[in-house]
Amino acid sequence: MTFDAEAAARDFPLIEGGKNVYLDNAATTQKPAVVLDAVRRYYETTNANVHRAAHALSDAATQAFESARADVARWINANSTAEVVWTRGTTEGINLVAHSYGGSVLGPGDRVLITELEHHSNIVPWQIVCAQTGADLAAAKVTADGRIDIDDFEAKLDGATKIVAFGHVSNALGTVNPVRDLVARARAAGAVTVVDGAQAMAHFHVDVQDFDCDFYAFSGHKMYAPTGIGALYGRETLLEAMPPWQAGGEMIEEVTIEATTYARLPFKFEAGTPNIAGAIGLGAAVGYLEGIDTEELAAHEDHLLRTATSRLSQVEGVRILGTAPDKGPVLSFLMQGAHPHDVGTLLDQQGIAVRTGHHCAMPLMRRLGVPGTVRASFALYNSLTDVERLIAGVHKTRSFL
Amino acid sequence: MTDLDEVRGAFELLDDWEDRYRFILDLGRSVPELDPELKTDERLVRGCQSLVWLVPRLDAETGRLHLTIDSDAHIVRGLIAIVLAAYDGNGPDEILDFDIEGLFSELDLLQHLSPTRGNGLRAMVARIRSVAENAAAV
Ligand SMILES: Cc1ncc(COP(=O)(O)O)c(C=O)c1O
Repeated sequence: MTFDAEAAARDFPLIEGGKNVYLDNAATTQKPAVVLDAVRRYYETTNANVHRAAHALSDAATQAFESARADVARWINANSTAEVVWTRGTTEGINLVAHSYGGSVLGPGDRVLITELEHHSNIVPWQIVCAQTGADLAAAKVTADGRIDIDDFEAKLDGATKIVAFGHVSNALGTVNPVRDLVARARAAGAVTVVDGAQAMAHFHVDVQDFDCDFYAFSGHKMYAPTGIGALYGRETLLEAMPPWQAGGEMIEEVTIEATTYARLPFKFEAGTPNIAGAIGLGAAVGYLEGIDTEELAAHEDHLLRTATSRLSQVEGVRILGTAPDKGPVLSFLMQGAHPHDVGTLLDQQGIAVRTGHHCAMPLMRRLGVPGTVRASFALYNSLTDVERLIAGVHKTRSFL
Repeated sequence: MTDLDEVRGAFELLDDWEDRYRFILDLGRSVPELDPELKTDERLVRGCQSLVWLVPRLDAETGRLHLTIDSDAHIVRGLIAIVLAAYDGNGPDEILDFDIEGLFSELDLLQHLSPTRGNGLRAMVARIRSVAENAAAV
């Protein structure tokens, strides 16, 4: 069987009927009707605050909220729901680990190892904790085709390295990093691993136990769920030992003015009223993805990527950035004689939504020596027609320059 | 140098986006390039994506403001041509009084002034106005 993208497009109100050639999926994906309906149904039938009240609505809301957590735990193969902490998204997940775990274990002489491929949200939190704790921040180099340079990674992974943080899939170039291998190397060196899964969840089946990583952070909005919700997977023994990060309601067991005992996992890390509707939307998005054959989906998106890559490389003056053999459906390119902004503006005039700029990966852009790129990124509802429109749009754009 | 009335007149005759953007790109070609040595960080106007450098010069005798502006993006250079047509060589008060939003809206280019586009045009206009305010204050 092959994946039926046209049928899938009908699940998405903003995509249905070829309304938009939306190729900015790495920034955020569109939402299927089942997700929108779940959020709406929650507000219409179940809305109440969770975990607090002794009334039926609150019970129902709590159940829906916790059942969404169970959906996520099952989808990523966490050991239990105690290992799934709701966050606002990837950024908050990484900050939680950096501040709570990093802040409590790091000290002068210690090292945090990241890579040049990272999104700013997997760089800046580490810079901040390193500055606060006196630890040193090192970044493994990337190769010209956009892979993590394993030799450099190994060389920088020394005995002082306490934390290794890297992305699963690069948002700027699409490179899929060898998570299992990198985690194994880091663990052998005695480091804790943090994986930025923002760009992987919509495309690949993630199994955190198979990866054997300690933390895995992701955003709902990049996997067909609403904005403002995401989750952080954390190994239970680590989460248990970590101090709370943000404090307030929900995350406490008992408070006196002198002292507080914290709630059990995962609530210890969920201060304040959570994004209940968002969590329920994320649960529905997981349900939607569970109804899709992961391999067929990956083959479909890979086919779009390969077709677009080969068609685009035939356009004179086009240079593709990120040519690693293993890639997610992200295609970054430059056109000779044009700034990415020019290309993005002219494609926009033709109704084609791509992203241009540095993609929140300025160190990587500097490493590649480019001001930014034009990035087309695909999702399950994109089709070869979208690819054709992109290629035609690029040809037309070229005629302007 | 591009004349504002010419720009307005030309835009009136251009009815599809292709002609309009070809014209904008043409306008951009007429903008003199800034000497690479002058493309320093202090002269950079922080937009989000394209780089824009701005060199203002106040003519002490005439009290008029002369602007040199350049960018690494072609469409932005075209927009710079329009900004120059509106501002260059004018006195500070004239610059402060000029309704640039009105002009861009009339040319149907207002989206480029939007803070969300990140092309630096808005920041460029703000910088020119602040130079004009300083000049008007003396
Ligand atoms: C690789 C990567 N990491 C982190 C993020 C940040 O995600 P969010 O803004 O949803 O927290 C993004 C999103 O742009 C991303 O692509």
